[in-house]
Amino acid sequence: MRSFIAAWLAGALMALGITLSGMIDPVKVVNFLNLRGHWDPTLLLVMVSAFLTYSVGYWLSRRRQRPLWHERFHLPEKHQIDRPLVLGALLFGVGWGLVGYCPGPALAALGGLQAGTLLFVATMLLGFSLAKRWPLTRRN
Amino acid sequence: MVTEFTPLSGVIGGVLIGLGALLLWWLLGRVAGISGITAGFLFESGGRRWRAGFLLGLLTTPMLYLAWVHDALNVSWHAPEVSWWVALAGLLVGLGTRWGSGCTSGHGVCGMSRWSPRSILATVIFMLAGIVVASFFNGVQYA
Repeated sequence: MRSFIAAWLAGALMALGITLSGMIDPVKVVNFLNLRGHWDPTLLLVMVSAFLTYSVGYWLSRRRQRPLWHERFHLPEKHQIDRPLVLGALLFGVGWGLVGYCPGPALAALGGLQAGTLLFVATMLLGFSLAKRWPLTRRN
Repeated sequence: MVTEFTPLSGVIGGVLIGLGALLLWWLLGRVAGISGITAGFLFESGGRRWRAGFLLGLLTTPMLYLAWVHDALNVSWHAPEVSWWVALAGLLVGLGTRWGSGCTSGHGVCGMSRWSPRSILATVIFMLAGIVVASFFNGVQYA
């Protein structure tokens, strides 16, 4: 129950940040990515301030052996740069540039029940399951 | 479509995103990667409870905010209109974030803050790809 509440609070704070910063609006995201239109630099400030906040907190956590409510820190197990990482990031960037949704804002906006958001999330979940079915195994 | 540069709410929102992600790290020792948490909730038998809590907070908070404090700060947002492009984009984002092990939150915020070489490279690649595509494509309408 404790882990449910902790994670709920984390998800709620992130969603509030996504909403207040305007990143829940895909037009604002596209207006950052599109250098030939009405450029809106807000996304850059959002990324930098989130990065700095997390950096300080992460640095402080390095003195601890374990998190407060769990037995260990779970760090990603992959360390090598491989083809799935590069191809995946490329495909993600293309999809992101087409509409202006990355997973967080798309899910945060889902409750608005607009058809375009629902469609995006539906095919995104399809993408998750296809990637689960065909993991790009490392061959290089 | 024009949007206004909103530096103050951008920084406040960014700090909140960072704090939410930090809370997950400090309390549960988990990286706040939204694509990974969602896929993990759907396809992994372990860790369903905390992932469900995270997704509940993510999915409901914007609507609660809109219902209660909308008038104070006048927050509103657009949504894409239905088209094949939107369906394709969702598919690419779904496949890409899983094959690439992360999205804007997992790589861009958490991974970059740890100076992870994988996350730095992934963030550079998806930012550049997004910039190139958005600069030369405008086939999606918004309402």
